[in-house]
Amino acid sequence: MKKRAKAWGIGALLGLLIAGLGLAQGGKLEIFSWWTTGGEAAGLFKLFELYKQKHPGVEIINAAVAGGAGSNAKAVLKTRMLGGDPPDSFQVHMGHELIDTWVVTGFMEPLDEIFQKNGWEEVFPKGVLELLKWNGHYWSVPANIHRANVLWYNQAIFEKYGLTPPKTFDDFFAAAEKLKAAGVIPLALGDNGIWASTHLFETVLIGTLGPEGYKGLWTGATDWKGPGVRQALETFARMLDYVNPDHAARSWDQANDLIIQGKAAMYIHGDWANADFMAKKFEGYGWAPAPGNYGVYDALSDTFGLPKKAPHRQEAIWWLELVGSKEGQEAFNPLKGSICARTDCDPKLFNPYLQWAMERWKTDTIVPSLAHGAAAKESWLAAINDTMSLFVTSRNVDQAQAMLAQACVDAGVCK
Amino acid sequence: MRRYRRTAFLLLLPSLVLVAVFVYGFIFWTGELSLTNQNDLFVPQVRFVGLENYQRLFAHPRFQIDLRNTLVFSLIFIPGSLILGLFGALLLNTGVRGEGFFRTIFLMPMALSFIVTGVAWRWLMNPTSGLNLLFDALGLGFLKSGWYTDPAVGIKAIALAAIWQLSGYTMALYLAGLRAIPRELYEAAEVDGATPWQAFRYVTFPLLTPVTLSAVIVLGHISLKIFDLVVAIAGISGGPAFSSDVPALFMFVTTFQANRFAQGAAISIVLLVLVSFLVIPYLYWSLRQEVAE
Repeated sequence: MKKRAKAWGIGALLGLLIAGLGLAQGGKLEIFSWWTTGGEAAGLFKLFELYKQKHPGVEIINAAVAGGAGSNAKAVLKTRMLGGDPPDSFQVHMGHELIDTWVVTGFMEPLDEIFQKNGWEEVFPKGVLELLKWNGHYWSVPANIHRANVLWYNQAIFEKYGLTPPKTFDDFFAAAEKLKAAGVIPLALGDNGIWASTHLFETVLIGTLGPEGYKGLWTGATDWKGPGVRQALETFARMLDYVNPDHAARSWDQANDLIIQGKAAMYIHGDWANADFMAKKFEGYGWAPAPGNYGVYDALSDTFGLPKKAPHRQEAIWWLELVGSKEGQEAFNPLKGSICARTDCDPKLFNPYLQWAMERWKTDTIVPSLAHGAAAKESWLAAINDTMSLFVTSRNVDQAQAMLAQACVDAGVCK
Repeated sequence: MRRYRRTAFLLLLPSLVLVAVFVYGFIFWTGELSLTNQNDLFVPQVRFVGLENYQRLFAHPRFQIDLRNTLVFSLIFIPGSLILGLFGALLLNTGVRGEGFFRTIFLMPMALSFIVTGVAWRWLMNPTSGLNLLFDALGLGFLKSGWYTDPAVGIKAIALAAIWQLSGYTMALYLAGLRAIPRELYEAAEVDGATPWQAFRYVTFPLLTPVTLSAVIVLGHISLKIFDLVVAIAGISGGPAFSSDVPALFMFVTTFQANRFAQGAAISIVLLVLVSFLVIPYLYWSLRQEVAE
């Protein structure tokens, strides 16, 4: 008898628990990202703070997974999405990483209504709207814009050797030769994660093929087997003669340290390097577009989308509206070290580099970044990363070009 | 008796079902997947493509490097751990003072996760700091190396870290094996006038064979499946020119970064076949031993 009473008691408790869970479901929002450190986490928390002011009843669950460029987070997200347990909204790179991985496969909801309601077609630049669109619909809201093709340099070294930022590859090699002769590392590289080499190669592709030729690589209009890609590989191989010998041991920020310590003169990398300079209280740096990249803005963007099975759809829509709003972008981006995807943010809120980038954002031709998921789908990028892993050591142009051409065929873009 | 059998069966049932589904079921599923064209998150028409994924795999330069790396790793790691382990066990077995203390020290690395070992060795083998600085300070500059950042070293540097971690384990195995050898055998050998070397060669060595075999199986399957140590030391890209890359890493990148599920499944199946080359003879051998007893 006693036992049965106990069983009833437990049953009742369980019932209460389930009911309790049901009630709590009302106001929740789960945001998935790989923003866990420094400025990016600070920016994310700032957005959460603003969200709570607007929607005080909603409990925010921060489902962030650590790991550079989201390499771990993306694997976790995949298992959740495929398992039918998506977060309410998740961070994803603008362009093919979003479109080919999640939109074409039917996991996302189109956001046209939110775009129209908030008048976003007027405030986001055309180049960005194109990258967000697929099949005539919008699929995600960009929170920020990073620039990938920036040449960072140590000002003291440049002054000492009477150098100016190289505009062309010829200028670059002339400067590099001079620096090498003086015993300074001309170019810093940290490709412990091979994406950093892919990143450098992408700026060489842009500088060699021009913005239209570069964009054509991703649609099949530019021939991977052609002389342009060959020339880019040869230029890239020559550049590698001027990098620090321990590049394979360094991460991107450890390569940046070479600039800070005055051991290396130049670093071609994305503008998160700027946030790193500031975090490390280093002011003796200058910047310019990467060689051959004048007038081109190689862009990547973190965006948020709406999964079809999002458990808290309304809360997620409020989140997307905040991410795309002027208020949200002005709060987030100065902390993250990126510029607004919108063109109407107040430049005074941003540091000098970001102000420069905002000017360029309005005038430059926008092209999608390869290494950061905008230009090509993930399997294609993985194949190009594989090619770079071999090429950085072997410098075998024929093999690399053949592998790149095959990767385009495998991606279903080239015949 | 019958009643007991039924109870035993009922008690075993849950784990049998779980193993059937989650081990054998998924192995079968992986095998099936590896024969299809499911090389994206969403493939409009899933169909069987035969051995296409395997053909592609063996033609892939990265996979060829991976197989070679696995071989090099095993050839350094397995004998290295065995020899160091045996050596340590023989020393400890001489009855040195503080045996328990040394045993604990040598065994401790095994208790660490490969990630912890990996991070520590990544720092030790950083070409501009760590061991190289130590060599410089000691006037041993010729020992300096680029370690995992040098394409010519690569996986060999990883094998060093793995030896460090697991030689303590083989030492413990050998120590237990040594203790199990009856003293009388040595006494008999001594009576027959055997030198210490002969006693080792003709008494100790043959009687340690079962221990060596178990150790080879354990170390062998570790070297085929190694993943975390490589990621922690050389990074997810497998080092310059894949010099530290291994099949398990390639499988992870193929499946979870490139979404080429069928291709990733093919790598897993190749790994399974390689491991079974090692495990099936061992099972056969140990079952035969049991029957003989």
